[in-house]
Amino acid sequence: MIRRVLLIAVPYLWLLALFLVPFVIVLKISLSDIALAIPPYTPTLDFSAGWEGIRTFFAGLDFENFVWLTQDDLYWKAYLSSVWIATFSTAITLLVGYPIAYGMARAPLEWRPTLMMLVILPFWTSFLIRVYSWMGILSNEGFLNQLLLWLGLIDTPLIILNTNTAVYIGIVYTYLPFMILPIYAALERLDDSLIEAAEDLGCSRLTAFWLVTVPLSRNGIIAGSFLVFIPALGEFVIPSLLGGSQTLMIGKVLWEEFFSNRDWPVASAVAVVLLLLLIMPIVLFQRNQQKQQEAET
Amino acid sequence: MSETEFAPWLNPGEKPLIRFRNVTKNFGDFTALDDLTLDIYEREFFALLGPSGCGKTTLMRMLAGFETPTRGTIELAGKNIVPVPPNRRAVNMMFQSYALFPHLSVWENIAFGLKRDRMPKADMDARVEKMLKLTRLEKFAQRKPHQISGGQRQRVALARSLAKAPKLLLLDEPLGALDAKLRQDTQFELMDIQEKTGTTFVIVTHDQEEAMTVASRIAVMDHGRIVQADTPANIYEQPNSVYVADFIGDVNIIEGTVSPTGDGKFSLHWKEGQPPLTATSDRPFSAGDACHLAIRPEKVAISAQEPEEAVNVVKGKVLDIAYLGNLSTYHVELPTGTIIKAQTANTRRLSNRQITWEDTVWLSWTVTAGVLLAE
Repeated sequence: MIRRVLLIAVPYLWLLALFLVPFVIVLKISLSDIALAIPPYTPTLDFSAGWEGIRTFFAGLDFENFVWLTQDDLYWKAYLSSVWIATFSTAITLLVGYPIAYGMARAPLEWRPTLMMLVILPFWTSFLIRVYSWMGILSNEGFLNQLLLWLGLIDTPLIILNTNTAVYIGIVYTYLPFMILPIYAALERLDDSLIEAAEDLGCSRLTAFWLVTVPLSRNGIIAGSFLVFIPALGEFVIPSLLGGSQTLMIGKVLWEEFFSNRDWPVASAVAVVLLLLLIMPIVLFQRNQQKQQEAET
Repeated sequence: MSETEFAPWLNPGEKPLIRFRNVTKNFGDFTALDDLTLDIYEREFFALLGPSGCGKTTLMRMLAGFETPTRGTIELAGKNIVPVPPNRRAVNMMFQSYALFPHLSVWENIAFGLKRDRMPKADMDARVEKMLKLTRLEKFAQRKPHQISGGQRQRVALARSLAKAPKLLLLDEPLGALDAKLRQDTQFELMDIQEKTGTTFVIVTHDQEEAMTVASRIAVMDHGRIVQADTPANIYEQPNSVYVADFIGDVNIIEGTVSPTGDGKFSLHWKEGQPPLTATSDRPFSAGDACHLAIRPEKVAISAQEPEEAVNVVKGKVLDIAYLGNLSTYHVELPTGTIIKAQTANTRRLSNRQITWEDTVWLSWTVTAGVLLAE
């Protein structure tokens, strides 16, 4: 009995220490006011003052920062723009990733581990270095422009770096494996005789794909889309390195509030809203996983 | 022969539904089908029987359109179907794995092919209902495939493949996943459905008993060729080779050389110092030909006393008795070392059995009991 309780306690303690406690701290800061101090916000909890200290501490908390988020249109524009960029990049990642996963699942058996390796291989280099490399590829004098100029396809270099296009390229490139792997897992389990059965019953190759392959890889598509959408929504590195001044993403806003403005309370409020925004897709994702498990048992 | 007997293959005027002409199929170095020619007639229940790798599955997949022959033509109702893709053939297949669409209900699975044909809604409903009734699945129409039993899944697969009323239905090891009892019931059900719908069935199986039960004709295959294609009774009683005799049921093979003694009779000299055996054959063997005598165990009589007036008699010792309940098979070792199997029906109770281990017994059979085979 005690062993069972201990065993169950482990994940809860993990969540408590690494998720709930930090979240409560962030939430507390978001309710505080900015101050020229260390740490740069008030109030701080003063236990030496006893009961009175705790009371003044709670009296000092308010929703001012959240109200502020609704007043300055920068924030809701940044949230909206982030949702749009994340949605659009997820769609592109799906369009690019699905054919790759399909090709992998249909490849000869002895080739599949190699192909899988190739998909995972980029993770072996630092993510930052890979994003910097894209700067080298996409810049005005970068490899892509040089290649296109050399081929004679363009006369003047294309401006890609520091635009939203570069951000889409960066996000699609970075999160592609997260899209490919769940779809591949779903497609690999697909029984070939199902496609043959569909053809036998009068489907062309294409309709068999739409009516059998796509519905049966639905769970892979949903899992892959969430795995791309969720981190893309809060993405900071890619928009700040590849995006331009007009690229508005909430991750970037958060970073600027924190480090440029040193306004921890507003930055925390931005983070809390972002988390609430993310909880929706995460809950949907979890429900999908659960349904999938139920269907399999 | 009575007029009602179904035997279109004996009628030279009958047009076959399916005609394989000199079909060869190579997969790299492997020859799956080797210059195969075969006719299958309308309303037949045709079984392809053979060990794995004999080409029976390739033959069936060619009928469905999933494989194309390397050489040769396949005709369906007089038309060459080699260039026709699977979705445009009036042929449906019941897959070994059933291949039911897991995301669709039983009803939707059966309606799948009809929807592709854009059948009007009312007609489709009626057709699906009819199929559900035929396969006794009315109660399960709204279930998903993973919510029904193996036997029910098998019936859904059958209903789905019959729904489009194909000219030809292919069944790939359809009963492989069922247990013995359910299998037997389903075999009779299949025959019943085949008769009711009048569809031509081609079944692939490696289970000879199943082929014997359901088929109007059986083709025994080996190494991409058809060794013999005939009715179950002829395959069993008149095998054309040792391979067929051995593949279907149990058989004793005695090797020797023959000499004709006239009147369609031959004597087989099989062991030095043993009296020759006599058998009839309508095949022309000449003196000195190497030959195999194939006799089914149930056609060999066993007795504790030497039988009088029997033509072929050998003496031996009981080595083993296999008790099968309704039957017993005696393994009798002759003084020459040859083992002959004899089978008798257990009409008496076990305790009254006269013959037991190590007994000296006589085996005998008539001149027409065995078949003389060249190879």
